[in-house]
Amino acid sequence: MSLRLTTGGRLIDRAKPLSFRFNQRWMTGLAGDTLASALLANDRVMVGRSFKYHRPRGIVASGVEEPNALVGLGEGARFEPDQRATTIELFEGATAISQNHWPNLAFDVGEVNSWLARFLPAGFYYKTFMAPQAAWARLFEPIIRRSAGLGRAPDRADADRYEQAYAFADLVVVGGGVAGLTAALAGARAGQRVLVLEQTAHWGGRAPVDGGVIDGLGPDAWVRNAVKVLEKMENVTLRLRCMAAGLHDHGHLIGYERVADHAPQTDAPRHRLWRIRAGKVVVATGALERPLSFAGNDVPGVMLASAVRDYVVNWAVAPGQRTVIVTNNDDAYRTALALLDAGLAVPAVLDTRESLTGDLVQAVRARGVRVLEGKAIARVRGRSRLRGVVICRQDSAGATAMSETIACDCVAMSGGWSPVVHLWSHCGGKLLWDASAAMFRPDPTCPPTGADGAAMAVCAGAASGALGLADCLRDAHKAAGGTGKPPQAKAPTEAPIAPVWVMPAKAGIEARSKMWLDFQNDVKVSDVQLAAREGYESVEHTKRYTTLGMATDQGKLSNINGLAVLSEALDQPVPATGTTTFRPPYTPISFGAIAGEARGDLFQPLRRTPMHGWHEAHGAHWEPVGLWRRPYCYPRSGETHRDAVNREVLATRRSLGLLDASTLGKIVVKGPDAGRFLDMIYTGVMSSLPVGKCRYGLMCSDNGFLIDDGVVVRLSDDTWLCHTTTGGADRIHAHMEDWLQCEWWDWKVHTANLTEQFAQVAVVGPNARKLLEKLGGMDLSKDALPFMTFAEGTLGGVRARVFRISFSGELCYEVAVPASQGLAFWERLMAEGAEFGVTPYGTEALHVMRAEKGFIMIGDETDGTVIPQDLNLGWAISKKKVDYLGKRAQERAHMADPDRWRLVGLETLDGSVLPDGAIAADAGYNGNRQRNTQGRVTSTYYSPTLGRGIAMGLVRRGPERMGEVIRFTAEGRLIAARIVDQVFYDKDGEKQNV
Amino acid sequence: MKRYSVFAVAREAMNWHTGWERAWRSPEPRRRYDVIVVGAGGHGLATAYYLGRNFGITNVAVVEKGWLGGGNTGRNTTIIRSNYLQDPSAALYEKARSLYEGLSQDLNYNVMFSPRGLLMLAQTEHEVRGYKRTVNANLLQGVETRWIGPGEVKALVPIINIDGPRYPILGALYQERGGTARHDAVAWGYARACSAMGMDILQNCEVTAVRQANGAVQGIDTSKGPIDCGKLAIVVAGHSSVLAEMAGFRLPIESMALQALVSEPIKPCIDVVVMANTVHGYISQSDKGELVIGGGTDGFVNYTQRGSWQHIEETVRALIETFPVISRLKMLRQWGGIVDMTGDRSPILSKTPLGNCFVNCGWGTGGFKAIPGSGWAMAELVAKGEPGPLAADFGLDRFREGRFIDESVAAGVAH
Ligand SMILES: Cc1cc2nc3c(=O)[nH]c(=O)nc-3n(C[C@H](O)[C@H](O)[C@H](O)COP(=O)(O)OP(=O)(O)OC[C@H]3O[C@@H](n4cnc5c(N)ncnc54)[C@H](O)[C@@H]3O)c2cc1C
Repeated sequence: MSLRLTTGGRLIDRAKPLSFRFNQRWMTGLAGDTLASALLANDRVMVGRSFKYHRPRGIVASGVEEPNALVGLGEGARFEPDQRATTIELFEGATAISQNHWPNLAFDVGEVNSWLARFLPAGFYYKTFMAPQAAWARLFEPIIRRSAGLGRAPDRADADRYEQAYAFADLVVVGGGVAGLTAALAGARAGQRVLVLEQTAHWGGRAPVDGGVIDGLGPDAWVRNAVKVLEKMENVTLRLRCMAAGLHDHGHLIGYERVADHAPQTDAPRHRLWRIRAGKVVVATGALERPLSFAGNDVPGVMLASAVRDYVVNWAVAPGQRTVIVTNNDDAYRTALALLDAGLAVPAVLDTRESLTGDLVQAVRARGVRVLEGKAIARVRGRSRLRGVVICRQDSAGATAMSETIACDCVAMSGGWSPVVHLWSHCGGKLLWDASAAMFRPDPTCPPTGADGAAMAVCAGAASGALGLADCLRDAHKAAGGTGKPPQAKAPTEAPIAPVWVMPAKAGIEARSKMWLDFQNDVKVSDVQLAAREGYESVEHTKRYTTLGMATDQGKLSNINGLAVLSEALDQPVPATGTTTFRPPYTPISFGAIAGEARGDLFQPLRRTPMHGWHEAHGAHWEPVGLWRRPYCYPRSGETHRDAVNREVLATRRSLGLLDASTLGKIVVKGPDAGRFLDMIYTGVMSSLPVGKCRYGLMCSDNGFLIDDGVVVRLSDDTWLCHTTTGGADRIHAHMEDWLQCEWWDWKVHTANLTEQFAQVAVVGPNARKLLEKLGGMDLSKDALPFMTFAEGTLGGVRARVFRISFSGELCYEVAVPASQGLAFWERLMAEGAEFGVTPYGTEALHVMRAEKGFIMIGDETDGTVIPQDLNLGWAISKKKVDYLGKRAQERAHMADPDRWRLVGLETLDGSVLPDGAIAADAGYNGNRQRNTQGRVTSTYYSPTLGRGIAMGLVRRGPERMGEVIRFTAEGRLIAARIVDQVFYDKDGEKQNV
Repeated sequence: MKRYSVFAVAREAMNWHTGWERAWRSPEPRRRYDVIVVGAGGHGLATAYYLGRNFGITNVAVVEKGWLGGGNTGRNTTIIRSNYLQDPSAALYEKARSLYEGLSQDLNYNVMFSPRGLLMLAQTEHEVRGYKRTVNANLLQGVETRWIGPGEVKALVPIINIDGPRYPILGALYQERGGTARHDAVAWGYARACSAMGMDILQNCEVTAVRQANGAVQGIDTSKGPIDCGKLAIVVAGHSSVLAEMAGFRLPIESMALQALVSEPIKPCIDVVVMANTVHGYISQSDKGELVIGGGTDGFVNYTQRGSWQHIEETVRALIETFPVISRLKMLRQWGGIVDMTGDRSPILSKTPLGNCFVNCGWGTGGFKAIPGSGWAMAELVAKGEPGPLAADFGLDRFREGRFIDESVAAGVAH
């Protein structure tokens, strides 16, 4: 049956029918429909199951506050669970399924929970499922997990893309209702840069449905005019379908724009996340209607009164043919009028108040509707669809035998309105309880403040508690600093609300166990009262114990009712109970939008050396090192990685190897105080280094631990070049700046990280000099450029800095050329080196060669607990210097303990390779019954040069125990190894010195 | 204390649950207690509980400025593991983990300890070596962990993206008996048990001063008036330096915001806890179905229980990269807590310069998992005045001596 009315519907286009599927059935809706209005039009009132009891659930609301109508939308790589039908704009071919049931929506096995509801009150799981001990994890938890959860996760990667953008505005107006537009006009006319965000696809908010007259016009016409004016102003940006998700410190507002949800076929990004810096935020987010708590208020067909009139007026859909209205305020009478105007029956209005006089009440009475004063709903008839209500007096305990039943298929309920203060509260804005209006409203004296201590947000219109149209516009005009006259409005006068938290007031426990507060999470009045009884008195305890307000609607409908019920149970005023903390986002936002474009190849920037492409073309097997990728090795066809590494090592040691060393950090330190600065940063003395010389340096944290190492070169009188590890470049540069800016701010030193300005190639092996001499241009002989010196010149026509340093133990020149020449230089070296069998080698060969030489590697021999002394690097620490970073720390008792673990070489007795991370146990156990230990392996490799496994490790008093055999545990085995000198190859350093 | 059981629930159902008694009393402060514990977070409550259970000291008050469990205990992502590298940490966290195994029964409150298995992904060669080292260390420490290859990772977490592209998964450090528990229930279960032993939990009672004479603590001033005590245990996480200042000493602690977030609930899609330290994010799924997600701390000190948006983005990016199917799920809620960070990222359980005053803090981003063990060790320290073997290495003097217990080696993110 179609529930579409034959006339009306301000948002729909009857000329544009749209087909969509719900639970495999094709249905028809209209352009302008939401999925919810289209479902209602197709008489689908029940659309889901609740979380805990799997009770039938119908559409309750018409917007973001909807707790029940959650569906799985789309298919395959575009499937998305837990979508609110009320905020899905219908499009051709939309596919939706209902959730949380098995085998189907109408018949759900999980509904046994509902029959057992009496045994499953709030928090029952904290009191049960404890025996036997293993049963929770093995038995009960898996069952609970399966029955919980709502929709299912997508089963494949997302086909859509997402975008992020920045925006800046003096004034950001959140909410495109009449208050928001008024504020925008006021701000824009004052010359401010204004950005207006509206979460729906329409301007105007509630006013066009709720009626009234603004500046002599109907709301629709006034809104159209206002938007037209704003669109013409250059200082104004209007953005529909863009929700302010959260307000963060310093006016940082997150906007969530649903760019293509309503048109998924386009190639636009699906969502766009705006990071907005707002001078000031006007929160004109309106108010949300509260449900009433009567027994059976969760049965499909019971809806918010405002939603009922939204469906009638906006989408020409009749949620029911006979609608009973139940209310404690005048606003719900607007629903009665809207229904009557649409030709629908309103058998009665139940008003909990007495002596009703308001304009709207009179208007409804004048249309011949029964308005019953002091009345309430005692219970409802119907289970998966409403059939009627049994009425009683609000001040009674419930129905009696005499009670009247009114047949109806819809109840429109209104418990009053709550301002939407979420954004105000996200960043610390306080609320005050307005007892006469029965609502929390923003406390203008305690706003969220920005960096300057001034208010960074202000609420406007209904969001600040100004519910009447005239008040609302006045308030909004003022909030945006408007001068002159605000728009003038006329609307019916309304009588005050009378708060009703439980209906009827004296309902017994059985009825209270059927009054839903949180529809999605199945939290009832009785649950909140149970929490209070059991001592979960803080509103946060109640929330957590009952799960009230923790559903996907974040308690938009349930929070205020729940805390009022709690206050009553604790016999304290509402403000003494207070609210829970409002947390972003206002409504859930997609992870895709939060990640933006940073996925796949763009997940993190990939840093490439100038030779990156060459490595790739030559079959490099990559290793991620920080944001770089470095070749681990270059396997040839048929080679394992291990084979390739061995080949690269041997080729280099025998003749010639090339390493792309461009990723090594290159920080230039310059200035009159540069030497003094480096003397503090490094453990050694750098100020005395002659120009043209290189010196190995160690850097420690202020706690004494070794954090980085590298060769320092004195380029000129006041300029040093500090090499760092690849991973350390940015960290060390920041470390230097930290000390310079925070501690030694008056020292005259500049630092610059030039890592990417240079391509650096290590030319390594006995034929290294021959190769470079072939290029010509510089004298690289032993005498002209001895070990640990540097020269600048032109090599093969390229400007170059040549450092004679070696991390492999071979004759080695590290040549730095401008990055733009890097690839050409590398290719030249490869070509000219062919006669020497030149071999590019990767990081693993580098590691093997440095280990053969007993050189340490930051991150292997160090781990944040190791000081240079542990690594026998005392020679690189100046004894004369008064101070350097870490000096004092290294003098502390534990650091000077002779029992510290110190670096040694290790050799297995059978020549095998010690496993990574092996640990040497010692005799006995410590106070915590752990095995005592005496050392560990820090680096371990197969050495192709020596044809056996070699390792380094830290061992208690290691250097004093040369020749001793100790046992290492790894992979469940015991492996014996002998303590030896850490230098395995060319102990006297003759090869690097030729 | 009336025992909880399925029979009790059935019995109470007959009177519509109107017969349940309070989980904990709401008493007025007495004039004096033998021991006052400041902070009714998990660590404070557990300290009180084991003082009673292990040492028979029950004239105890736990003083809380807000609602019990409302600090980090009620804000964390509930990861429980003991795969720590350094001996003292492994001992303490493993003690805690093993107490968690039987905690529901011990407290007669279902804390929903769920040893569902925990993976720390290795995505660089460096991490591979680090985790292999941890496995070897754990073996000698009596902590059960294993190194597993990418195939086994994929089998445990079918939604994971093993191949990268950016940081392919090379394997993982796997602790089969690691997992999660329900954070509120841990606080509530301890509170109920403490109250049943006659201890007073004083909520909405803020400590404003620490009174002392002759170098020893005498009592505290609170928003509910002065209270005397024999011994004082300060267990207030992010506010430790504030309390220390009241007591007249300083702590090597920095307080920073750490954030977490959850998705909307969905049917089970990930059965284990996964931590990815290279990309900086971790994830598990709560029994309700929400994906529980966290990342790193803000880089600056502050006391607001909010954090910077940039970290949310970083964390979510990391996890979409690792679990592409979550891209279309939605963030339901984000929040922050103030974590107490020490220089070596290890906790402090220690005597203090003030006599009879003890501190337990510095748990930083990872103290939920430690609650039972920390309470156990702290109770011993408070009761005897000297640390037992579990707490011995965590004294304040380690900072002076350089005897750090640095775990950052093993985990970039230490939750
Ligand atoms: C987002 C986040 C995620 C985390 N994830 C994990 C995780 O996955 N696994 C894990 O093991 N750990 C995790 N942690 C860390 C863990 O939550 C904490 O280490 C642990 O809960 C600390 O417990 P606590 O009892 O010491 O502190 P809290 O629970 O913070 O308790 C301290 C209490 O002291 C009270 N207090 C403070 N000042 C005063 C005063 N003047 N007077 C009286 N009372 C006072 C506070 O109100 C508070 O209740 C996480 C933390 C955060 C913030």
